[in-house]
Amino acid sequence: MANHTQHIVSSKLYWLIWLILIIATFLTAWIATIDLGPFNTVVALVIATCKASLVALIFMHVKYTSEKMTRAIVISVVFWLLLLLVLSLTDYSSRFAG
Amino acid sequence: MSDSPAIGETPLAIEHEARPELRHHFSDEQQQRNAASLGMWLFLGTEVMFFGGMFCGYLVYRRIYFPEFAVSSRSLDLVVGTLNTAVLICSSLTVAMSVRAAQTGNRKLQVPLLLATIFFGLVFLGVKGYEWNNKYKEHHIPTFDFSARDLMEKAGDRHVLGLDRISDSGQLQAREAEVQRHSQVFFSLYFALTGMHALHMVVGVGIFSVITWMAWKGAFTPEYHTPLEIAGLYWHFVDIVWIYLFPLLYLIDRRPGA
Repeated sequence: MANHTQHIVSSKLYWLIWLILIIATFLTAWIATIDLGPFNTVVALVIATCKASLVALIFMHVKYTSEKMTRAIVISVVFWLLLLLVLSLTDYSSRFAG
Repeated sequence: MSDSPAIGETPLAIEHEARPELRHHFSDEQQQRNAASLGMWLFLGTEVMFFGGMFCGYLVYRRIYFPEFAVSSRSLDLVVGTLNTAVLICSSLTVAMSVRAAQTGNRKLQVPLLLATIFFGLVFLGVKGYEWNNKYKEHHIPTFDFSARDLMEKAGDRHVLGLDRISDSGQLQAREAEVQRHSQVFFSLYFALTGMHALHMVVGVGIFSVITWMAWKGAFTPEYHTPLEIAGLYWHFVDIVWIYLFPLLYLIDRRPGA
């Protein structure tokens, strides 16, 4: 039987996500001016990943999709990207060692 | 003469005549929508790998030439970069709200929200142009009258670059020439990444101009608004790219006195 329903996100939730993203943007710029040693980069990337996840899950409706293939593609894309970055960086960081 | 109905009168044809937005090769609207967004997600997957290659190049060089990258990153305008990130996030909100307006059948709200998206997109590009113009004035465009002189003036920057620990003038000159070369790698990657991102923004503004025109014509209903939805996916993706570009390019090393 055909299912004509689609999930409609409340505008309240969209505004909340927007607020979180804006706060996180100013937060990451502010934290960068504090000396955390090597953790400055880690914190900046963790905040960026949280922001990107919110955009993908809520704004891009990944959280609400009924299509398993869409989820499979999103997960695969993250996997391919990590494969590219992690393998390249381990190569370059060990190549000149010793 | 058989008593089977003519093709135009089959139940399938009758059903689809009642729902003109449903293409005949889909069984229902849900499947049609999913197929379209699935195709868009696959395209975005190739886009991730396209930007991923440049990000990878950036990360490798950032590791090798970290002091030069840190000093060059500090020459970017942090306030302008942060505000531009906020502008892009606002544009993502208006896109999400315009898709919602189509889902709820609110035709009046679609066009203003889409125009706001285009407006934010153009503001972002304008600010980007302002920043690039500053890079031009600072002689920070690689190979084009490039000079890293101003990156080697402040005491903090000289310390990060290791210039303050060199006493021999020959060695100092050699190191300064090295900084000149390596900081060009940062700015090459800066222009490649922000340039490719800006190109995607220009394409996005073009796409949304057509989408706005379609919305103006009343093309989007709760049953059918696939063009708006997949254009929205594209816009959000470009936003996500910037969400990573901002900390990677602007926030490498902003610690005071480092």
